[in-house]
Amino acid sequence: MTISAVGSDASVQPLSGVSSGVWQHHHVLDLDEFSRGDIENIFKTSNIMRQILDRDVKRVPTLRGKTIVNLFYEPSTRTRASFELAAKTLGAEVLGFDAVRTSVAKGESLVNTLHTLEALGTDVIVVRHPQSGVPYIAAQEVNCSIINAGDGCHAHPTQALLDLYTIWRRIGKLEGLKVVIIGDIKHSRVARSNMWGMSKMGMKVTLSAPSTLLLRDIDQFISQSGMSHVDVVSNLDNAVEGADVVMPLRLQLERQEEGLLPSLREFTLRYQLDGRRLSLANRNVIVLHPGPIHEDIEIASEVAHGSQSLIEQQVTNGVAVRMALLYLITRTKRGDQT
Amino acid sequence: MLVITNGRIFDPCHGIDQPGELFIKEGKIESVGTGISFPSSAPMIDAKGLIISPGFVDLHCHLREPGFEEEETIASGTQAAAVGGFTTVCCMPNTDPPVDSKSIVNWIKKRASENAVVNVLPIGCITKGRKGKEICDMAELAEAGVVAFSDDGDSVPDSQVMCHAMDYSRDFDLPLIEHCEDKSLTNGGVINEGWVADRLGLKGIPAAAEEIIVARDLALARLTGAKLHIAHVSTRGAVELIQHAKRNGVPVTAEVTPHHLTLTQERIMNMSNGGGQLKYDSDAKVYPPLRTQDDIDALLEGLKEGVIDAIATDHAPHTQAQKKCELELAAFGISGFETAFGSLMGLLHAGKIDLGTLISKLTCEPARVIGRGNDLGTLRVGAMANIVIFDVDREWQVDRPRFVSKGKNTPFDGCWFKGKVLATIVNGEILYQDDSVRVNHE
Amino acid sequence: MADKILLSAEEMSRALARIAHEIVEKNKGTEGIILVGMHTRGVPLAKRLALMVKGFENVSVTVGTLDIGLYRDDISSGELKLAIRETRIPIDITGKKIILVDDVLYTGRSIRAAMDALVDLGRPEFIQLAVLVDRGHRELPIRADYVGKNIPTSRTEDIRVDIVEIDGKDEVSIIKSGKAR
Repeated sequence: MTISAVGSDASVQPLSGVSSGVWQHHHVLDLDEFSRGDIENIFKTSNIMRQILDRDVKRVPTLRGKTIVNLFYEPSTRTRASFELAAKTLGAEVLGFDAVRTSVAKGESLVNTLHTLEALGTDVIVVRHPQSGVPYIAAQEVNCSIINAGDGCHAHPTQALLDLYTIWRRIGKLEGLKVVIIGDIKHSRVARSNMWGMSKMGMKVTLSAPSTLLLRDIDQFISQSGMSHVDVVSNLDNAVEGADVVMPLRLQLERQEEGLLPSLREFTLRYQLDGRRLSLANRNVIVLHPGPIHEDIEIASEVAHGSQSLIEQQVTNGVAVRMALLYLITRTKRGDQT
Repeated sequence: MLVITNGRIFDPCHGIDQPGELFIKEGKIESVGTGISFPSSAPMIDAKGLIISPGFVDLHCHLREPGFEEEETIASGTQAAAVGGFTTVCCMPNTDPPVDSKSIVNWIKKRASENAVVNVLPIGCITKGRKGKEICDMAELAEAGVVAFSDDGDSVPDSQVMCHAMDYSRDFDLPLIEHCEDKSLTNGGVINEGWVADRLGLKGIPAAAEEIIVARDLALARLTGAKLHIAHVSTRGAVELIQHAKRNGVPVTAEVTPHHLTLTQERIMNMSNGGGQLKYDSDAKVYPPLRTQDDIDALLEGLKEGVIDAIATDHAPHTQAQKKCELELAAFGISGFETAFGSLMGLLHAGKIDLGTLISKLTCEPARVIGRGNDLGTLRVGAMANIVIFDVDREWQVDRPRFVSKGKNTPFDGCWFKGKVLATIVNGEILYQDDSVRVNHE
Repeated sequence: MADKILLSAEEMSRALARIAHEIVEKNKGTEGIILVGMHTRGVPLAKRLALMVKGFENVSVTVGTLDIGLYRDDISSGELKLAIRETRIPIDITGKKIILVDDVLYTGRSIRAAMDALVDLGRPEFIQLAVLVDRGHRELPIRADYVGKNIPTSRTEDIRVDIVEIDGKDEVSIIKSGKAR
């Protein structure tokens, strides 16, 4: 058995020494609040967590006695399972609170539900909600740590962190890499969180989408938010040229009904990531997808299952990253938070 | 009887700005000026260093009664109005039931006569049930005493219906007040469409949604010659459209709210003080949404140039439960009576507006919009004594638990304002006075 | 705060050499032995023991490192360092003879955590414990198999261990009050 702290799937340049930065976050709301040092800290901790996932006894007692609630107001299989596995691997009690079916149906308000969970002695609430901003309301309302597992069109920080971590493990660095994010940017919390994270890590982000699926005021958004190296290239062939990472986003089929797309066929013709387009990227390009995939809509099957695809590794890394976040935030006392 | 002495008497519409006394007798202004005579037995307020102006007239508020008494009542709402210096308020008809018949107008008038501390002027619906389909019995409503017609909360979506309403309203010479919102563009929108909406992942409400209806209604007003009043103008484009129409003789008036003059879209993130945690602050969720500094500049310019006639609060009280929830589910609206004057005075102290413009937009000009320029918003001798006394320099902090209004929903909580209403006199009676104001009885 | 030196560099070196000999003697050779250094100062100590064994036995003993951060029972005390460090044992520990190496043995709680961590990695034949200093005050039924020096202390005192690889010098001293580290 070999236990290694560095990624086994690449010649990773280890980050300098052990995690040096002081962790001060009580919540994980979005990556805009995290510094580069914080993100590196998460990577280092995730490496340790990956070791645990790779061994026979996939359990440590670190969070024994802690209670973690998955409060999901939106159906989710993957993210929810990932958080549950992460929490259980660290020895925590996990309570699933499927708000899609339970108290919402009874008309309990969000705020009341949060206070109930706090009264139950919950340490961490992992919240997913179809409306933007709910994790921020939760962080104001209760003393529990809040992890944003996706809020509306706003943010999905743990997904972005696992994307970044997956790239870092494969390529060994992030600085200077060119990433192309394709498709429904407008409604994508994954894209928004990644724009923050990638920007902070010194990556160059190119967005490629039809204008109806872009942000209205994208230039002002980028400049006001203080993001660097984000640009828009509508033509996907041009966008992909020289890319190190390509990330097609899931296209919700409702977008066509909403009139944002004339037809799926036209979208597919203009924006599907297929083998030909991928060949325009760098030779060692990697393909990520936040899942679930709509095969042969935003991504061709050959690409999704091809050698460049790291989609399955994203899933494993997601558990490690979520373990790292659970570990880190439960170490921070409320008063120390930033 | 009441005498106010030593103050600066200020009524910009009527060209009065002089030190002196004001004598009130039997609820009316008996005499104004220096060295006027009054009985020595009359109770007296010493207004040294203070300004005495006509009581404010609000063209646009929601008193919520009947139907939404948990949010506000005629009693609590008019008490809040008095704290804010308003002596006359026009209440919007989006109650439950809506004010679309004579009986409801009469009910409100009766409630007001029993419970209101300031003058309440009801506004009637444009369409039956506010449904936007058939116009109300406007003659009956006019006879019952409504001062305008409005489906506020919604536009009249159908252009033909609006055209008929305008034509018909001409018989009564009352304005139609339009809430300008193209629902097909705003549906699901939460805040102004712009970088903040992008940043927060919220659906935006484009300026165009307002301007489309403004443009349509201006065209219809031109066509019909009816009096049109545009509610809560919030965009530069709307100001420009109204300016153009006024120059071409279209009979249009317009109002702007204090919050649209003082706050921008960034307020909802609550990060204006540089940094801090991102917020989704439902207290800043309002329709029309808070816009940009460029829009504010245009609105201020519009006020100065007379494109915009009035400042109206759009006082929209809500319960805590309606605000303390997911931002997309939270109610639109700001409880505005008690912060209106203080927030506007910030513009004065910043040199963005002069006192004459500010007071005229709160007094005689809104009175003229509803055809009441003679008896409301004036210090003319013989008019009802509706008067406000304020201190331009008094500093105070907004503390919403102390609001008189049931609606504690304000984006100004904790703000320090410079400029405060110290006494409000309605029909000769002091209905609000600051702790610092003493009435001396000889 | 006057430090009293308990072990000089020379004495430390002699103590480690003795432990190295004892390990070989007690286990009748080096077959199957893995020296597992506990972060932080156990790691260089384990490497030094391995070098010493190599010196007199001419055999390379496997060396590993162990971090017990995820196994501590005082997680909520808020005093823990956040960083978790590398756990790297290059071969499967099942059936192997594990010698845990640490600088100071005190309450025994770290050793308890280390044993938990080890059994989650596999099933060793046995686990022994080597420490440079045993200062007493055990809170768990744990004892060391190899001890460099027994130093009776009071709870108000702190033992400070400096190791060349980390601290620039070899020295063990006692500090009357305050925290050594």
